[in-house]
Amino acid sequence: MNKSKYFSVLSAIGVTLLMAVAPVQAQQAKPAATASTGNAEVFDFFYREAVKTSFRDQGIVKASVLDTDETNLACSAADVAGKPLDKKRAKEIEALNLKTIKWPSDGKFVGDWKQGEALAQSGRGLTYSDDATTPNGGNCYNCHQLDKKEISFGTIGPSLYNYGKLRGVTDVNSPASKAIIEYTWGKIWNSKAYNACSNMPRAGHMGIMTEAQIRHLVALLVDPKSAVNQ
Amino acid sequence: MRTTPLISLLALGCLTTTAVVAQKTAVQSIEEYRAMLADGNPSELFEAKGEDLWKQKRGPKNASLEACDLGKGPGVYKGAFVELPRYFADTGRVQDMESRLLTCMQNLQGFNADEIAKTAFGKGEQVNVTALATWLSSESKGMKFNLSQAHPQEKISYEVGRRLFFQRAGPHDFSCASCHGQDNTRIRLQDLPNLTKNPGDGIGFAAWPAYRVSNGQMWGMQQRLNDCYRQQRFPYPGFGSDVTIALGVYLGVNSAGAKSIAPALKR
Repeated sequence: MNKSKYFSVLSAIGVTLLMAVAPVQAQQAKPAATASTGNAEVFDFFYREAVKTSFRDQGIVKASVLDTDETNLACSAADVAGKPLDKKRAKEIEALNLKTIKWPSDGKFVGDWKQGEALAQSGRGLTYSDDATTPNGGNCYNCHQLDKKEISFGTIGPSLYNYGKLRGVTDVNSPASKAIIEYTWGKIWNSKAYNACSNMPRAGHMGIMTEAQIRHLVALLVDPKSAVNQ
Repeated sequence: MRTTPLISLLALGCLTTTAVVAQKTAVQSIEEYRAMLADGNPSELFEAKGEDLWKQKRGPKNASLEACDLGKGPGVYKGAFVELPRYFADTGRVQDMESRLLTCMQNLQGFNADEIAKTAFGKGEQVNVTALATWLSSESKGMKFNLSQAHPQEKISYEVGRRLFFQRAGPHDFSCASCHGQDNTRIRLQDLPNLTKNPGDGIGFAAWPAYRVSNGQMWGMQQRLNDCYRQQRFPYPGFGSDVTIALGVYLGVNSAGAKSIAPALKR
């Protein structure tokens, strides 16, 4: 493959650089011991080249989805470094993301919890084997507990069982519930507005869920009638 | 054979249950299903096919693969799997089992490696590559992973793999680490190994190639990684491309000392 040859040439350059920067030690690398900052730029370079030459468009997924934003770049770098973003940088990123949140155009935050439950169940859509007509799921149960009767739930995110009840939502139209309902909307629209490097997707911001669908997901969480709050 | 009831049980586990009584039944069903998984592995059929393919004269050059160098010298296959991916001087690349097999199929048998790399999984010569990798992995069963990091390119590959593992992108901002960066988590009911460190004997990298009961397919590591990327909503990674090789190095080096159970049996 041409790409491979290209990479080989570049690797050869990198090897030279690497050898120039630090003598290579023949040892079993330990993840913790490999964060040798001296070579980090060389490794970053090869990483970017590998990404550029290895992926291709397939179906509905274009290789350009890897051209990601400042938030992901900063969080990935922090993950590679093995330490969280410093507080100031995290606040900057949260502020950037907060600005992207679109609040409901008609001021209505709460939809139909049953439709929300159906969205929460589905993990479909947006893979290269899906077509453009595959409805996107919310992926919620993949990581969160919601309705207690659903035993097949993931644990990457916190349990959301009794989400509204625990936060004292007894009437979704009451002024007392306003703040928590608005936060819930914002968190689903753009999770990174509240936690810079959250593992949670930015459902509204990235166009995974529509405004109407987010309304249903908010209902699933806060509506006292929702299965989540039983 | 038993594929149909197994799939039904799996479906049971994934669907919403509506009553407490049904919950118990579902949990019991899942436990039964897991117990059944431990009993018998269809990958043996692929192993037998792979061994035949290794010895059989095939391709434009009508030659066998018996002189293939998997890193321990021409024709030496015992223990080769647990030392891959590694650097190969003849190609100037770090290669895993599957990409190295393509090199041998091209050089010894006269196949076109690029063509095979472009072929979809489960089609044409890809089926044979999977069978070969399955048999060759079985020849290292029970051995401990011991990847070299002696060559500078192996070191680069590890570091590239580490960066790929934490690469957040796509519509969902997912990286490998979104699911495999912490201990004791799961997606739905599926336990997730933490692959940023050694996940233990026969877990993660040490369990592929594997036969997947849920779809009745034998998958090599290249397909495993490709499907992870698919679920991450990433674009299609090339077969034997720099990203899938580098991820293999990252996972393989992290698994140093873990015993290989490949070819394994998966849900």
